[in-house]
Amino acid sequence: MTAALQIEGLSKSFGGLPAVQRLSLSVAAGERRLLLGPNGAGKTTLFNLITGDLRADAGSIRVLGTEISRMRPHLRAHLGVARTYQVITLFPQDSLLHNVALALLGRSPLRWNPFVSLGRRAEVRERAWQVLDRVGLAGAAERRLSAVSYGEQRRVEIAMALAQDPRVLLLDEPFAGLSREERRDIQHQLAQIPRQVTVVMIEHDLDVALSFAERITVLHHGELIVEGNRAEVVADPRVQEVYLGA
Amino acid sequence: MRFWLVQSLNGLALGGLLFLLSSGFSLIFGLMRVANLTHGAYFMLGAYVGLSVLNAGYGFWVAVAAGAAAIALLGGVLERVLLRKLSGRTLSQVLVTLGIAFIISDASLLVWSGDPMPLPMPPSLTGAVAIFGGYFPRYRLAVVGISLLVAVLLWLLLERTRVGAMIRAGVDDMEMARALGIPVPRLFTAVFCLGAALAGMGGVLGGPILSVYPGLDMDMLPLALIVLILGGAGSLPGALLGSFFIGFLYTFGQALLPDLAYVILFLPMVAAIALRPKGLFARAA
Amino acid sequence: MRRALPAAAAIALLLSPLLLPSEFYVNIAAQVLIAAIFALSLNLLVGYGGLISLGHAAYLGTAAYLTIGLVTRAGFGQLPAALCAVGLATAMAAVFGLLALRATGLGFLMITLALGQILWGLAYRWVALTGGDNGLSGFTRPAPLGLALTSPRAFYLFVVAVFACAFVLLALLARSPFGAGLRGVRDQPRRMQALGWNTWLIRYAAFVIAGFWGAVAGVLFAYYNQFISPHVLGLTSSAEVLLMVIAGGAGTLLGPLAGAAVVVLLKNVASAYVTRWVMLLGIVFVAIVVFMPEGLVPGLSRLRRRRRAAGAA
Repeated sequence: MTAALQIEGLSKSFGGLPAVQRLSLSVAAGERRLLLGPNGAGKTTLFNLITGDLRADAGSIRVLGTEISRMRPHLRAHLGVARTYQVITLFPQDSLLHNVALALLGRSPLRWNPFVSLGRRAEVRERAWQVLDRVGLAGAAERRLSAVSYGEQRRVEIAMALAQDPRVLLLDEPFAGLSREERRDIQHQLAQIPRQVTVVMIEHDLDVALSFAERITVLHHGELIVEGNRAEVVADPRVQEVYLGA
Repeated sequence: MRFWLVQSLNGLALGGLLFLLSSGFSLIFGLMRVANLTHGAYFMLGAYVGLSVLNAGYGFWVAVAAGAAAIALLGGVLERVLLRKLSGRTLSQVLVTLGIAFIISDASLLVWSGDPMPLPMPPSLTGAVAIFGGYFPRYRLAVVGISLLVAVLLWLLLERTRVGAMIRAGVDDMEMARALGIPVPRLFTAVFCLGAALAGMGGVLGGPILSVYPGLDMDMLPLALIVLILGGAGSLPGALLGSFFIGFLYTFGQALLPDLAYVILFLPMVAAIALRPKGLFARAA
Repeated sequence: MRRALPAAAAIALLLSPLLLPSEFYVNIAAQVLIAAIFALSLNLLVGYGGLISLGHAAYLGTAAYLTIGLVTRAGFGQLPAALCAVGLATAMAAVFGLLALRATGLGFLMITLALGQILWGLAYRWVALTGGDNGLSGFTRPAPLGLALTSPRAFYLFVVAVFACAFVLLALLARSPFGAGLRGVRDQPRRMQALGWNTWLIRYAAFVIAGFWGAVAGVLFAYYNQFISPHVLGLTSSAEVLLMVIAGGAGTLLGPLAGAAVVVLLKNVASAYVTRWVMLLGIVFVAIVVFMPEGLVPGLSRLRRRRRAAGAA
């Protein structure tokens, strides 16, 4: 069966400093994969390489069999790659509805229309409202993004990523900066993700992350150190060295 | 042969003047991320101030110093009062710096009238020097020499003094510089004054060559912008090389193909940016 | 009914200068609207697209030169000349956009400045084609559908009609999905790409559309002045329209109109009373940055809201 995400020999350096070194990994369709590693291990760089924000120096990236390493970023989104960011990069001055609408329009031909009024497009409003409803934020739909809490903004961001109908979803530290209760909300949201969506998550909060992940990949200095299930990784001496020794 | 030598000297002289204009512009942009679109007006106003000082009976070098000092003072005041709070707000920067340029330009028209005026050169530098069988105007040689001297002094400032280290740190990474305790506001004002002083000085020195006239500001500004783009923000070697490159390009363009002078001047820059959007000498961002 | 009232009021306001006794002021009003169309076109790039151009006069100037040149020198009819002018200037925008959009920020500013200066230099020196510093004259206004535009009031009516079209279409664009996408790309280009939007193509489309409306303003400009000279293509011209957009309020619909009004009125009306109107204009700009940095229109509406809140309290 074709892997959802297949990376082979991926390398990226910044002015002589290697960020990702000949990395190879494979994520099966529908899998929940966790990426671990200390700061600077190359996790976010890897995400950026997958989405196209960065160009790889060498190697290949395949999503459901299609080679994407030379593809422009927005086309990768059309292919089914979606992501969230460490820092929330949404539109604070716009309503939640507007934010979600931008996500919905990203792959719709309507986005090229300069004549119709977006606000009066019932079908877009309806779908955006439904997306917000699924995460319990329909009541705040008309409010500005900056007016809702950080935790709620995170939920909107994840909802937007899911609204893209992705095949591969990349979550970059979705739990960062959240309170205990907000983490529970996100956990609940993540549990609702359809099975056919493949999820790769970067996270430092091991409690929540370990409960979510089925397989774990540990990176260090841009290289793959260990890969396996929860028990295997936790017991591995190399992982302990990376987190405690280095 | 003589033609090439003469034009080369003209190119060097123009390059030197451009360096005085653009080095400050580049430092200001590199450090403060402010596109000071008033800079052309500083150059012009410096020249006018120098002219008045000369007409009042003082010597040429007094005029140069006066031009530099006056513009440094003006620049410092404007930076503290208006520009300080505009970091990162590009549209406001454009509006306020061009607004000030308008004010300076019109005020100059009021004070000095609209006639183009050549600045008389110092008696010691009139005439020509015989080199290799050709005669080269002393003044232009002096301009080249002075601008190179200024370049060396600036280099010493940036590379060998604590203030220079702070400036370089600020250009590289403002957040880190702040975190290291560098007094950013005072540094900003100092650099702005320095840049303005250089522009004012350049204006006076350029007076005998370019004359002073209304519109000089808008003629010089695009050249400063080109040097900034070619040389990279905050890069002194970039400003130096860029200035002389443009000085040569403009001079030879005017001499050989006056009809296409602007095309010759701007087309390479368009090509440069189109091929290397980050600038030719630019550092990280 | 709700929409009809403000629309009717706007139309009444636009038509009111026709009632002015002096034809001088009717002409001023026409100049304001022409400048407003020009500013609205640049606003698309600067306000909604976040791309600051210092060479937008290229499209106005080229269209104006073509309008006058094709009629007076090449024997074109008025309508074919106008269509050619707009078409060719827009095509030029399509080419320039490919170059300019290789960069953003300062690089974009520089390329637009450079392209504008190149055109200005060519207009200045290519005397055989453009008349050089003397420019092109001998042009008379057309008579579309038999309506002569020679009288200021008739011309003003014509300008109002074009302005209304431009305003409505650009307002629709602002509220459309395309407009939303353009603003999104301005604020968070990486995020928009990740959502599937083609950031380059959106910016490019905006660049070409901005060029188109700039060209339309250029044709009107040619009709108004019945004369064109290289100065129109110069840096001051491009800087002036940019200042109109920023001073009025970039990214708003009425901002460009306000900015255009301020500049045109100061230039043409205040200049009769104040010789130093350029200085006054500079002072106005500085004052706007200090007191209403977001621009006149957003600044005034902010004041209005505060007054209302204070009144209610």
